[in-house]
Amino acid sequence: MTHVDTPPSQRATAPGPPRKRFADREGALAWLFLMPSVVYILVLVAVPFVLAIGFALSDVTTGDPSFDWVGLRNFEAIFDDPVFWRSLWNTLIFTGVSMVLIVILGKVLANILVANFRGKWLVRFLVLLPWTTPVALSSVAWLWLLDSVFSPIDWVLRQLGLLGHPGAPLGSESNMYYLGEPGLAMASVIAVHVWRITPLAAVIMMAGLVAIPRDLEEAAKVDGAGYWRRMFEVTIPMVLPVAAVAALFGAIFTFTDMAVVDVLTNGGPNNATQVLTSWAFFRGIDGGDVGQGAAIALFLFPILLAAAIAILRAVRRMEVG
Amino acid sequence: MTNTVTEATPESAVAALRARYRLRHVFGRIGVYVAAVLAALICAAPFLWSLITAFKQNRDLYNRNNNPFAFNRPATSDHVIYLFDRTAFGTFAWNTFWVGVLVVAITLLLGLPAAYALARLDRPWAGWFGVAIFLVYLVPPSLLFLSLSRVVVLLGLQDSTWSLVLIYPTITIPVSIWLMIGFLKAIPRDIEEQAMVDGHSRLGAFWRAVVPLAFPGIVAVIVFAFTLTASEYIYALSFVSPSAEKVVSTGVPTELIRGDVFFWQSLQAATVLVAIPIAFVFNLFLDRFITGFTQGAVKG
Repeated sequence: MTHVDTPPSQRATAPGPPRKRFADREGALAWLFLMPSVVYILVLVAVPFVLAIGFALSDVTTGDPSFDWVGLRNFEAIFDDPVFWRSLWNTLIFTGVSMVLIVILGKVLANILVANFRGKWLVRFLVLLPWTTPVALSSVAWLWLLDSVFSPIDWVLRQLGLLGHPGAPLGSESNMYYLGEPGLAMASVIAVHVWRITPLAAVIMMAGLVAIPRDLEEAAKVDGAGYWRRMFEVTIPMVLPVAAVAALFGAIFTFTDMAVVDVLTNGGPNNATQVLTSWAFFRGIDGGDVGQGAAIALFLFPILLAAAIAILRAVRRMEVG
Repeated sequence: MTNTVTEATPESAVAALRARYRLRHVFGRIGVYVAAVLAALICAAPFLWSLITAFKQNRDLYNRNNNPFAFNRPATSDHVIYLFDRTAFGTFAWNTFWVGVLVVAITLLLGLPAAYALARLDRPWAGWFGVAIFLVYLVPPSLLFLSLSRVVVLLGLQDSTWSLVLIYPTITIPVSIWLMIGFLKAIPRDIEEQAMVDGHSRLGAFWRAVVPLAFPGIVAVIVFAFTLTASEYIYALSFVSPSAEKVVSTGVPTELIRGDVFFWQSLQAATVLVAIPIAFVFNLFLDRFITGFTQGAVKG
């Protein structure tokens, strides 16, 4: 918090000749070091962001890129479209449900990964796979796992007698059609998101678990607190800020991702799994209506801003703690 | 006689207690192993299924009554060979690789000095500036891809892999700065002060004393940035459409599916071939990544 370093001005007047070469002037150096990154990000993030707002208020299409002001007409158009409301609702459901599952499963996974056992290296390698694999490719693996005819899950269910004969608990048809039934398709997309992001949440929470001072836990043990008491009164409160960060990371990745939806269901069946990002993509890139696409994508922003503020608070709480 | 009884009681009690603790310990160990194996299986299940699929013959794969987890006909590597010989998979992998290398290079070149400035040069605004940069990481591609694709067209980079080299650093720089701040703060100040006493300028001390010490952390950042680059999907999908310019994450799902015909074995082989090396390298640096994350966040 307080650095006991001598300020640069005093250091320069300390014994010896004052060195005032450029490479020693910390203020100038700091700006020189920061400028390239700042300019890069301003040009390629801030400017496109302003541009996106401009597009949302214009009639730009891929065929006719000339910029004409249309006011809020794009927003009126997208509000009239029931698919938009469906996408917004789906986005919120996907994010909310995944976030809860990711935090719970991430904590469980983190507890497993900090334990000591043989073969830990292999287990960690396998656990990392879902997160480090490019999401489009792992979605392809899932696409085949959930295939409408050859899904091995269905095969197991059939062998167990849960599926595929008259009176079976899961239906007499030979397959579940995971990606063809609206409810199951949503559940599948959520499952893939959770499967993919839980390892990241676990890694973030491992960082939190590792940072808990050992003596705290031992003091509680000596005082006679049992496992669950220690869990709820020492470990969880200590991990909470990190868990919040993990949750928000998970939420933002789920919220803004479209690869899983795009590869698995392409928004279907009948827009049942359409999310804001994929809908903006279909409108803006495939459909060529850049203005409407931008207007749809902009809807992500207020919610993201709220999430960002929450992250800021969590980080600050960590600094205090 | 009474003596031996009074002595025997505590001894047997101790033995019983010891046995109970040993039993509890054994059960605890079993629990840990069961949980670990279960977690690993759930996480790796789709890839195991991909691995089996990749080597199956068509007549084996497309028979609903066959056990999907066993080879009902001899395994074949035909589809893996097909992947390399008859599809552009090699090109996709190469594109992903060189894009990743260039993006990582740009990220380090711009990000490392920025991280140093925020970690060490004692500017009063360093704290909130660091947080602001981190927040940029939260502005997602889904918000920017439409306007960036217009920018890419204006720059004449549409349908070229170079557009990705230009745009991806906007994703990797913020998070890399955040991680590197953590690594740089972990290096004792004395070291660069000693270097400056020895006659190096601040710049020289950074380059000759700090960078070599931060090298392990830098490697972790390289791995992390490369993983992010390889996974990106929306930009790659919206900027680049010719198949020779595609990267793995868009090329495999789009090019290996022709209409409604899926080359399942080749698709799954591609997935496994990409997944394993990335996870392998990432696992080597996992511990470092964890420390970086805590230091960047906690020691603000």
